Amino acid sequence: MPKARHKYLLDFERPLAELEEKLEEMRRLGSGAEDLADQVADLAARVEELRGSIYQNLTRWQRVQIARHPLRPYTLDYIDALTTGFFELRGDRLFADDPAIVSGFATFRGSVSGYINRTVLVVGHQKGRNTKERQYRRFGMPNPEGYRKAGRLMRLASRYGKPILCLLDTPGAYPGMEAESRGQAEAIAHNLLVMSRLRVPIIVVIIGEGASGGALGIGQGDRMLMLENAWYSVIAPESCSSILWRSWDFKEEAARALRLTATDLQEVGIIDTIIPEPVGGAHRDPRATMTAVRDAVGAAMKEVSALDIDTLLRERQRRFDAVGIFTEDTS
Amino acid sequence: MAWFNRKKKGILTARHERIDVPAGHWVKCPRCAQVSNRRELDQSLWVCTKCEHHLRFGAERYLSLLFDEARFTQHDTDLRSKDPLTFTDRKAYAKRLRVASQKTGLNAAVLAATGKVGGHPASVAAMDFSFIGGSMGSVVGEIVARAIRRAVEHQLTLIIVSQSGGARMMEGALSLLQLTKTTSNLALLKERGLPYISVLTHPTTGGVTASFAMLGDINIAEPGALIGFAGPRVIRETIGQDLPTGFQSAEFLQDHGFVDAIVDRRQLKRSLVHLLDLILEP
Repeated sequence: MPKARHKYLLDFERPLAELEEKLEEMRRLGSGAEDLADQVADLAARVEELRGSIYQNLTRWQRVQIARHPLRPYTLDYIDALTTGFFELRGDRLFADDPAIVSGFATFRGSVSGYINRTVLVVGHQKGRNTKERQYRRFGMPNPEGYRKAGRLMRLASRYGKPILCLLDTPGAYPGMEAESRGQAEAIAHNLLVMSRLRVPIIVVIIGEGASGGALGIGQGDRMLMLENAWYSVIAPESCSSILWRSWDFKEEAARALRLTATDLQEVGIIDTIIPEPVGGAHRDPRATMTAVRDAVGAAMKEVSALDIDTLLRERQRRFDAVGIFTEDTS
Repeated sequence: MAWFNRKKKGILTARHERIDVPAGHWVKCPRCAQVSNRRELDQSLWVCTKCEHHLRFGAERYLSLLFDEARFTQHDTDLRSKDPLTFTDRKAYAKRLRVASQKTGLNAAVLAATGKVGGHPASVAAMDFSFIGGSMGSVVGEIVARAIRRAVEHQLTLIIVSQSGGARMMEGALSLLQLTKTTSNLALLKERGLPYISVLTHPTTGGVTASFAMLGDINIAEPGALIGFAGPRVIRETIGQDLPTGFQSAEFLQDHGFVDAIVDRRQLKRSLVHLLDLILEP
């Protein structure tokens, strides 16, 4: 077992890890000894039972923790696994580049779906793996430049007729003074306006965290896909707790109340496809995760590419108009 | 106990601080503490006559202010929130909705109407902060989207008066996607070449700023209005220091290129009509 995994154990995983360790030790000691075989088998069964009971009954907050796992695959990992020949394009042509969003053209590798070897524009939030990179990429929290870069490249993709793949993974747009001075709200709003009329298919995959306008600013389109343990909502549970409960201590309650998991969102018609993750989360088996995402994206791409562009735009508008639950008493 | 006896006569509570005035008759300006009575404030459109601070002005008042002779047809007054997540924090959302509706007499945090503004046929949506902070959930998103579609269908000028804390937390991702719903309809309006004037009032933040409020062909703000994406408290916590005075004010946004004009509420109607006359010249 890789050491790094132990270093990043989540609190609710600890009892399982302890049991797993014990099992490994017994296996090491008891190799050859027949009297231990029964006990090993017994313990192995208990490990499986515990694994099942933990991961099949994940609370919403536990899923948020998995979505934030430091070893979880990030946008560049997906670009690496799903595409070849990624050519990164940078800068908003107005002020700066923003490394919290990466974007560029690449060849989507496709698979069983039949959508193979086509050029796509990939746009995604990017978090860092170590302290230095986390700071550099601002923990995946974009400044206005990031949204403006994404907007520029998405318009370019539309001109070239290349479909767009958006990968969402952000705790929110960066709440800083400079971001406000340079129009964070305007940058996001402008992208929403542009994306609703882009004349190419847009496939959105929520791969980790999908917080608020910060996620939406590069995240609306013709199909919404979501990894099993990703979360998506109007606000992060901690901030929701701070505002509504007036304390940071109610994040678990807030996560529950916000209904931010993939299944919750599929129920209200926001998410089309839930992409299953390996037991324990995407980081436990990145390769299996990548394959599942590649197949799901390929299938979605194939579906929307079959539509002519005017039908696609009409359908998109209908999707956007359909979201919302309310009553209308016309009597 | 002589210590507690008032020895000196003639120490009086300042007149405006006395609690025996009829409740609700006098209003104290939150900025300069000037006290005015309601009638005076109604006449000055709730702008403080001493320091010109713009006090809160509700959705109904904006509709009456903007439409000619205060005549308009209201729409979508029968839409109501359904509490789709059965959300509860310290209070149940269902209860918050009931209280807000009783307190304001409104069905939602926005009112939509059509009528004439300076003779120009217009579709107007005005938000109301007193209804759960003017927050946008499914109903507000739908009403705003319909106001935009109404403008598209009938070739009307669109005016939206924003006043909101942002997307409504109690409807989760459904609230977030109202940004999408409203802006995508704005895109259609813009394709038709119809004018959209956004009026930003105090406060306009979060998801409302990050959608239709910032997307006016022309953005007009009231003096001193707080306008931004992240709230000041969040930014303060992030950067760990106090914010400069005037940060995220209407004036700040104008300096940074995001607001075309700052207009005193008492000139708002006249300014809008002037602008529409220029734009819609036959």
